[in-house]
Parts: sequence; structure tokens; C-alpha cells
Amino acid sequence: MEIHDLENYLAHHPFFAGLAPEYLALLTGCAGNVTFAAGETVFSQGGTAEHFYLLRDGRVALEFPHPAGNGVVIDTLDAGDVLGASWLVAPYRWPYDARALAPTRALALDAVCLRGKCDADPALGFDLSRRFAAVIVERLHAAELRLTDMYANPASDVSDAAVAAGAGGAA
Amino acid sequence: MLPRVFTVAARHEETADTFTLELLAEDAADLAFAPGQFNMLYAFGRGESAISISGDAAEPQRLVHTIRAVGTVTRALAELAPGAQLGVRGPYGTAWPLAAARGRDVVFVAGGIGLAPLRPAILEVLAARRDYGRVVLLYGARTPGDVLYAAEIARWRARGDIEIHVTVDAAGSDWRGNVGVVTQLVRRAGFDAAHALAMLCGPEIMMRYTVVELGRAGMSPNDVHVSLERNMKCAIAFCGHCQYGPEFICRDGPVFPYDRVARWFDAREL
Ligand SMILES: Cc1cc2nc3c(=O)[nH]c(=O)nc-3n(C[C@H](O)[C@H](O)[C@H](O)COP(=O)(O)OP(=O)(O)OC[C@H]3O[C@@H](n4cnc5c(N)ncnc54)[C@H](O)[C@@H]3O)c2cc1C
Repeated sequence: MEIHDLENYLAHHPFFAGLAPEYLALLTGCAGNVTFAAGETVFSQGGTAEHFYLLRDGRVALEFPHPAGNGVVIDTLDAGDVLGASWLVAPYRWPYDARALAPTRALALDAVCLRGKCDADPALGFDLSRRFAAVIVERLHAAELRLTDMYANPASDVSDAAVAAGAGGAA
Repeated sequence: MLPRVFTVAARHEETADTFTLELLAEDAADLAFAPGQFNMLYAFGRGESAISISGDAAEPQRLVHTIRAVGTVTRALAELAPGAQLGVRGPYGTAWPLAAARGRDVVFVAGGIGLAPLRPAILEVLAARRDYGRVVLLYGARTPGDVLYAAEIARWRARGDIEIHVTVDAAGSDWRGNVGVVTQLVRRAGFDAAHALAMLCGPEIMMRYTVVELGRAGMSPNDVHVSLERNMKCAIAFCGHCQYGPEFICRDGPVFPYDRVARWFDAREL
């Protein structure tokens, strides 16, 4: 993708909807194309969060690794999704592994470049933080729904599910 | 209504706690039903439970039920081997609005055991595929091992004329599918929200948030239908066990237009 195409892609991505044109040009300067083969690691738990990604196609699994080799996949992301928020908050470390489940193309945005631009222009920093907050809140809500273990307690409301889980634990 | 006697012709294990029974009537008469309806299954000497019919309405001579063993009656049903007998009253209740869905996009959203009551509707839509627009199935289960009808879902997918997304709450690293809640799949699905009709069956909390996501996608609550599977006893609007606000699920449901029951979804005590 040429610079012009990159800027065009970012401009039409829902994550950047309504972003001021001057910021788009700044972000494009921090962006580059990456590809991952199926099974390839995108990043590893504990590693420095040097990028965030906009997935163009493919699928990425977020996985808590296990020493015995059998990790637990806690989320998957697909085309259009934003991958990685740890670049925003110190100590800038990945909390889990990310691994491509299928051939995946993405735009990688360079965190050091971005943080520099956010520090230089707090309005850009605020704008980006707000966009990430929206993604984080949505994922948190999805995780909260899963906490209810709703399929095990089909007829229940959240409160009933919590009671059922508590009763199960006491038994 | 007295129960009719049926014999277990076959039994399939679906997941660790869920099984499917194929039943034949002792009197050899058909049990005609509409997708969405349920029967009261009577485990002799143990009690009765409402169980949706999950078989093919085009084969009324063979009654099919998928059951999750959760308590007294469903565990008794789980003990039935081929040749064993049980009582069946039914069919009862309202049906999925398949006639109203003709010519429109159809979105099925199922959670857990909720795929069982939707299966007859999916089979009917696939059997008359050209009568419908785009057809989407979004299905959420707890783990890959809890996915119902996995082989059949693979066959549906292979047809190429139904878009299917399956997601689980958590999985091991060998799972290639989605992980996440089923409500998040609404965004991925290709359908025309303004001309679609959705049919939902699963945990109430799942249905509530799925309606929110469908609304975000542009769908009106009038076009959403839900199946409510709260516990019931008599199935003839007498005992009040399944009363849901002013509605009796057994008489007025289990399939309701969402707008008719929306306010009961948020009520704490019913
Ligand atoms: C219209 C309708 C259709 C249904 N279709 C199916 C179906 O196709 N397959 C199926 O497996 N089940 C279905 N159910 C649920 C089924 O009726 C109940 O799981 C069953 O009656 C429980 O009886 P039990 O004696 O085994 O459990 P009980 O001993 O009565 O209860 C055991 C535990 O199960 C919980 N429980 C009871 N009823 C329900 C319920 N409705 N949903 C979730 N948890 C419940 C109780 O709170 C308790 O914790 C349907 C219910 C309705 C109302």
C-alpha cells in the first residue's frame, strides 16, 4: 500500500471516523503494512507494546500461554478490529500472546512514533485515548457478559447467575 | 390432555450434559408441529418437563428432542435408552414466524441449548431456501465441546447459502473459530437490517443484549422474535408457573415478538 492508500484506508476505517485531516496525515506517518502467516506470533506476553494493529483480514487469537503448551484463547479479532491497547499505558507490556489463526494482513501503527506525537499535541492524545476507551469498554462489557456464564444458567438474570455460581462454590 | 406413549428409537450424545432422543409413537400416528412449538415430556413416575421440538417438521412421524440434563426430570429422561418409553403431551405453544420471514433476510441467533428450538426453523428455511433472502446463523456456546449439532453445522456451512458464525466463551489453542460473546457477531453478519427478521433463543441476558446489537445495526424490535423458556408445569395456562407479567409462556409463547415482552426482560421479580 502506498502512503496515499494508507491514508485513504485510515480515513475510511470506522475506528478513525471523524478524525481531523491533519491528524490523519500524522498517523499515516506512523503506519506500515504487515502480514502474518497462519500460526505466526503477532506479539508475546511480557513483550514491549511497540505497535497497535488494525486488522484488514484474517483472524488473530489472544491467548494466555501455559507452560505446558496448552494456552487458553480468551478472544479472537477479525477484519476491522483493533488489536492492542497496551502501547497507551505504562509499562507498555503485552498482557497475553497474539497469534494469527489464518493468514492475516494488518496495518501496524508505531507506538513510539505515536506516543511522541500525542505528547507533542495533547488534543491528539485525548482523541486517540477516547477512541481506545470506546473499544476497551466494549470488550470489557463482552467479558462481563461471559463472566455471568450465561449458557450454564440459561433462564437466569445476572443476579440469579451470581447466586447460582456462589451456591455451586459453597456446595 | 393425556400423554401419548412414545418409545425411544435412538439416542445421541450431543455434549457432556446434552443428548438427543428420537421417538416413535406407540399408536404410530404422526405428531405434526410447527417449528418453535414444544411438548411436555413425562418421565414415568418422575415428572414432566417442557422441551422444545428440535426435529424436522417435514418428518412428523419421528419426534426429536434435544435435552440438557439439569434436574430431576431431565436427568430421568437422560437415563432412557433405546426401547424405553415416555409420555408426550403436545405440541403446545406459538411458532417461529416463518411465513412472515419469506422474502426477507433471516437472522437466527442461538445461545447454548437455544439452538435446539431454532433447529426446526433453520431446517424449514433451508428446505425452501429460495423463498428467503440472506440467511445468517450466529451461535454462541460455552466451549467448543458444548457446540450442539457440530457435524450438522459443518454440513449447513458447506451448502454455501447460509452464513454461519460460531463463537465460544473460551477455548484451547487448537480452536480456529471465534472466541467472544455471540452479541459481538451481529456486526460481522451480512444482512439488510431494514428488511430482516430475527429469531433468538438462548439465555435471557444474551437475548436482551442481542436485541441491543440488532438495534444498533438498524433493526427494529418489531422484527425480533424470542423464545422464552422459563420453567412451566401445566402447559395449559392454569397453574401460573410460567407467568411472565400478564403473559403465560405456555399459552401465549414460548415464541413472542420482542416488543411484546421487552419490559419483562428488565423486571427483577415476575
Ligand atoms: C417452552 C420451553 C421449552 C424448553 N425447551 C427445552 C429444550 O428444548 N431442551 C432442554 O433441555 N430444556 C428445555 N426447556 C427447559 C426445561 O423445561 C427445564 O430445564 C426442565 O423443565 C427442568 O426440569 P428438571 O426437573 O430437570 O429440573 P429441576 O429439578 O426442576 O431444576 C434443576 C435446575 O434447573 C433449573 N431450571 C429449571 N427450569 C429451567 C429452565 N427452563 N431453564 C434453565 N434452567 C432451568 C432450576 O432452576 C434448577 O437450578 C424448555 C423450557 C420451556 C419453558
